Amino acid sequence: MASILAVDDSASMRQMVSFTLKGAGYEVIQAVDGQDALSKAASAKADLVLTDVNMPKMDGITLVRELRKLPNYKFTPILMLTTESQAEKKTEGKAAGATGWMVKPFNPDQLLATIKKVLG
Amino acid sequence: MNVDLSQFHAVFFEESFEGLDIMEQGLLNLDLDAGDEEAINTIFRAAHSIKGGAGTFGFAAISEFTHDMETLLDEMRSGRRAVTRASVDLLLEATDVLREMLIAAQGGDTHDQDKVTSTKTRIKTLLSTNGATIQISSEGVPSPGQNSAGQGWHIRFHPEPHLLKTGNDPVRLFRELASLGELEIRADASQLPSLETLDPEQCYLKWELELKGEVTEPEIREVFAWVEDDCLLEIAPIAGGDEPSPVIPSPIEPGPVEETTAPATQAPEGEGERRTGSERRKAANPAEGSSIRVNIDKIDALINVVGELVITQSMLNQFGENSDIDKFDELREGLAQLARNTREIQEAVLGIRMLPISFSFNRFPRLVRDLSAKMGKKVELRLSGEQTELDKTVLEKIGDPLVHLVRNSLDHGIETPEKRLAAGKPETGMLHLNAYHEGGNIVIEIRDDGAGLNKVKILDRAKERGLVREGEELSDEQIHDLIFQPGFSTAEVVSDVSGRGVGMDVVRRNIHDLGGMVEIRSKEGEGSTFTIRLPLTLAILDGQLVRVGEQIYVIPLVNIIESIQVNTQNLCPVAGKSELYRLRDDYLPILRLRRIFNINGEDIPLEQGLLVIVEGDGQKIGLFVDELLGQQQVVIKSLETNYKRIAGLSGATILGSGAVSLILDVSGLVALTRYPPGETRQAWLENLQRQAA
Repeated sequence: MASILAVDDSASMRQMVSFTLKGAGYEVIQAVDGQDALSKAASAKADLVLTDVNMPKMDGITLVRELRKLPNYKFTPILMLTTESQAEKKTEGKAAGATGWMVKPFNPDQLLATIKKVLG
Repeated sequence: MNVDLSQFHAVFFEESFEGLDIMEQGLLNLDLDAGDEEAINTIFRAAHSIKGGAGTFGFAAISEFTHDMETLLDEMRSGRRAVTRASVDLLLEATDVLREMLIAAQGGDTHDQDKVTSTKTRIKTLLSTNGATIQISSEGVPSPGQNSAGQGWHIRFHPEPHLLKTGNDPVRLFRELASLGELEIRADASQLPSLETLDPEQCYLKWELELKGEVTEPEIREVFAWVEDDCLLEIAPIAGGDEPSPVIPSPIEPGPVEETTAPATQAPEGEGERRTGSERRKAANPAEGSSIRVNIDKIDALINVVGELVITQSMLNQFGENSDIDKFDELREGLAQLARNTREIQEAVLGIRMLPISFSFNRFPRLVRDLSAKMGKKVELRLSGEQTELDKTVLEKIGDPLVHLVRNSLDHGIETPEKRLAAGKPETGMLHLNAYHEGGNIVIEIRDDGAGLNKVKILDRAKERGLVREGEELSDEQIHDLIFQPGFSTAEVVSDVSGRGVGMDVVRRNIHDLGGMVEIRSKEGEGSTFTIRLPLTLAILDGQLVRVGEQIYVIPLVNIIESIQVNTQNLCPVAGKSELYRLRDDYLPILRLRRIFNINGEDIPLEQGLLVIVEGDGQKIGLFVDELLGQQQVVIKSLETNYKRIAGLSGATILGSGAVSLILDVSGLVALTRYPPGETRQAWLENLQRQAA
């Protein structure tokens, strides 16, 4: 089954996302911020990256930009979790190389639907 | 998929309260003039996380409320709004409201809607008035035609060559479209270069699609939502007949190529800025350590296991001592090693439960700021030793007593600026909270340079209440100690700041319950210092082993004042079963452990045993034991979980010999020195003393 790198500094969001994805049979790698995600991405290839935008140490947009520099992540789908109030982040994220975004708040069903859409 | 979101609530609340603390701390430390971007960013991030979590986990009101705070913070961090005292105050107030909302949500209660609405309105007013000079343009998506084209749609999809590099796969888009209706795909490969010049990372194909069925344009646009900036997208209803309809230019059609490539050339610049940003962040906050969140139950289990290890080691140690030493050199060496290792493991494991006292100290800047403003006093708060660590349970329980002492210092200690100036002191009073380790204990000091305790007033009040007799001579310490008596208050005006004189005895009891003690040093006109001494942990205590008959008991060392040999001349047998012992100027009830715990065998004569003078709840009693044994650290085992609760005992431990030893609860034993109902303890003691005299 596909593996997903889930990046969020909020433990509750991370748990929710991870629980939902694991329940659907995906393998989940958790990371607490961009830096953590980058080091985890380097040691294990994820099939999809799901990242929060506002995070300490390294934010989601920088993470996208850094991931795209890794040969393994050139074409990997990367989804950003943004909020409605941060429309400009979508554009910024896209410019950095993000595949798409999910608008918070979302429920587990919406999350799975989006992931399935991307991973097929 | 059915996921019960409530299982994540505990974590959500925990991190939200942490987020609130970060916000509050950040707001308090915000330098209004410096415009510290990173500080505001941190506050913003905390608010943003709470909002996101609240929305996800179904707390709409909290999410909505935080949204306005977030908007305000966003304007501040982007420099669109000046950071003013008023806005910081409003945000602090909003933080309080948010905390109340979270507490209410956590307890399944409803929050105070009026308060929420009022604060929300004020934030909204602030946002709308001298607010943002630049309005954030709402997403430039014009409302597309809602009509569904009965015949279907013609879609022209010409992706930019870099599309694949965003991780978007055209095949996925087609798959999604196909799920909406009947899809016909025509690929245009005319731009495909020869194999030598082909860059496999580029997308050279263009597509013309026809989607038939009951599909609306927004549905189609939704499929292309992630790529609309990376392609030329035209969607037009299929007109009658098979002829492709004239293409309607899409309002979100991207401009010519230069425009779409522009972000790519900008990217490296932005990246550079971001890097320096994060470097600055690092430099500004070097001490930020990573932390773990561990379930307390697991840690308690671990502590228990290590406790067993300690016991095993202790058993082995005895074996080593009783055997032929010459033959067992290596065994002894190994035992020494085991002892060292065990101690190390124990320290490390206990360390997991340890948290810096800053968790508790952090609330004081706000408290002092608010209270001093309310009382019209000028106070400078100094914190030191915030990194001193103590047990999580101790930390949680010491919070309230500390708040009480700080309130007291502000209310009764530090004077008004006028009084201070008149007394020749600096206008601004100083309140110093300090924590440090000292000999296996943690010491917390609350020091102020205020008026100090008024001995005359305290004595008057004590006489009024019958706590001190006329003409009785008391040392300064004894006088200071009076303020810990139940119901004692010298406050002439009962203020809403530091209660109604029901505080200090509770403060002392709470501290005693933690196995700690509190002392006062005070000098009139110069200030007071309250010193709290606490054990580092509640899992282990320093105990004195005592023998009564065959039984061995543990008395917590912290409760013991002294141990004395009984001088029969000082014995005062009184009516009933009570016995009093005259120790210097004090009369202490004697408690014979043998009788209390129904131990077999006859009491040995008093003069052959020992009296251990212990103090609990501010009262001293003498425990009569047969013999004092050694002192050692014991691992506390709960009696309640393994057996049942027994008055006078706080737990049990296992000794090196493998025998179970009970740990005495000194406060409980003090309570056992009963006095007739309806009579106060003080009156009862006085009565006994009169009889004795």
